[in-house]
Amino acid sequence: MAGFEASALNRRDQKVERLIRWLFLLMTLLLILPVFVILIFLVIKGWPVMSMEFLFTEPSNGMTAGGIFPALVGTVWLVAVALLFSVPIGVAAAIYLSEYASDNWLTRVINLAIINLAGVPSIVHALFGVGAFVLFFGFGTSILAASLTLGIMTLPVVIVSTREALQAVPMAFREACWNMGATRWQTIRHVVLPNALSGILTGIILEVSRTAGETAPIMFTGAAFFLPFLPQGVFDETMALSLHLFVISTQVPNVPEALPYGVALVLIGIVLAMNSLSIAFRTVLRRRKKW
Amino acid sequence: MVSDSGHLSRFGHQDNRKSPQKNGLTDAGAVGTPPEPRPVAGDPPKLVVRNVSISYGKKMVLRDVSFEVRQNEIFGIIGPSGSGKTSLLRALNRMDFFVPGMSVQGSILFGGREVRMWRNVYALRRKIGVVFPLPVGLPLSVYDNVSLAPRLSGVRDPRRLDEIVERCLQRAALWDEVKDRLNSLGSLLSGGQQQRLTIARALSQEPDLLLLDEFSIAVDPVTTMRIEDVLQGLRQEMSIILVTNLVQQARRLADRTAFFLMGECVEVGDTEAIFSGDVKDPRTRAYVEGRFG
Repeated sequence: MAGFEASALNRRDQKVERLIRWLFLLMTLLLILPVFVILIFLVIKGWPVMSMEFLFTEPSNGMTAGGIFPALVGTVWLVAVALLFSVPIGVAAAIYLSEYASDNWLTRVINLAIINLAGVPSIVHALFGVGAFVLFFGFGTSILAASLTLGIMTLPVVIVSTREALQAVPMAFREACWNMGATRWQTIRHVVLPNALSGILTGIILEVSRTAGETAPIMFTGAAFFLPFLPQGVFDETMALSLHLFVISTQVPNVPEALPYGVALVLIGIVLAMNSLSIAFRTVLRRRKKW
Repeated sequence: MVSDSGHLSRFGHQDNRKSPQKNGLTDAGAVGTPPEPRPVAGDPPKLVVRNVSISYGKKMVLRDVSFEVRQNEIFGIIGPSGSGKTSLLRALNRMDFFVPGMSVQGSILFGGREVRMWRNVYALRRKIGVVFPLPVGLPLSVYDNVSLAPRLSGVRDPRRLDEIVERCLQRAALWDEVKDRLNSLGSLLSGGQQQRLTIARALSQEPDLLLLDEFSIAVDPVTTMRIEDVLQGLRQEMSIILVTNLVQQARRLADRTAFFLMGECVEVGDTEAIFSGDVKDPRTRAYVEGRFG
């Protein structure tokens, strides 16, 4: 039975195998370390100010006291209007690219544009937003201008995630449908979209969390320094959590130390809640996998 | 919506469009003296394929193929893989449209009309049912798998849909196994059941022509026999093209059989003749007897 004993070479391979495995595990742990450190730090520092009053009242005393309600509401406004803009356009574009477009120079140019759009720094988007929406279209600094800027910035995220969700639906289903005499749209409506829905929602939720956290694109286009009223419509300016955090941590003197941490905790709480929702969606999608 | 009209230019000559009927008749006569042909040779053929060549880019996969399929006939196509059989099936219901670079030359007449001249390509595809080698249960319920095609063509009445679903499943010999779980997912059925579901789905289109592409490849022998029985019954109502890699299956089912080899249609003849060695080309006999392929 000599053939079954591990040779010297084999033993060395196994040692390397184990080493590599532990090394990569270490890297992975290093990766998640910052997440936990940030979270724990924020909770410890920010928890003391956390209260219903903090969430649901206006800032007072030159933003050194009081709550964050206008900023919270403003963030919801910004995200909602941005979604209204980017989801229909992004999903439609993704459906076109995935289901209709053939592989020609135009498609390739569009794909290149999407990748580049994703790579544009957010401050550049902000300047574009000022030029296009605030000045050219005359929306002024408003929720509309800020949301459109955010929407354009997150459009690539929606397009790419939607396209991936669509392409995860096997080609054989489409072929079977086309063979039955279904048009492309009938195939998309009855077979492709229902099976890509969870994936598309996942992408949209990720977009929400990204939109909620952005500061640069909104600071020149619609987010106010201090505005203790709730916005009444899309042409109003508004406060936003992300900008509020920036303002009270750097621009306002004599802010109690816990206050910015409280704002940061709320902001990251919203983002994490959104991310967990998207993970939940994905889990449901996997469990209900139909093929 | 993608327009199909630009597609026409890819086809070659259309001049032989006028004479299919006549030509079909004489051709059928020439094949001659079939022993009790169940399909009536005098009827106009359901499908006429004439001088069809198919290429992907510069690579030609099918060269100058001609044959015809009669009413209520099971037409077998045998031959080793890579001989262009599947490409031919794609061309019949204009699925070549979805394959970039695939071009079809020559003339295909379905029910006397050039397939590329059908204005409504979707109506053409509804008239031609297709069953794939690997069963494709759509990720819908069993019921929706079978009712989708009628719904797409405008049937709304739920009772009518119920009828269609039951009838199609019954004709595909699947009804008894799934009647209690019509709402469970079609893609969760066993492979053999899914293949019969695919047949039921094809039948729900009320096709005149049924294309089966190596349907038994992923199916156990018992199910294969059941499906073969189903096909025997279906020939009363439609023509069937049976592409198969099982020579004996063609022998059991087909009225006439064509032998394809490397993109060429080597021989078309009565199944009896082909299997009894009464062939024009020695390659046919060699293949049928299992000496190569």
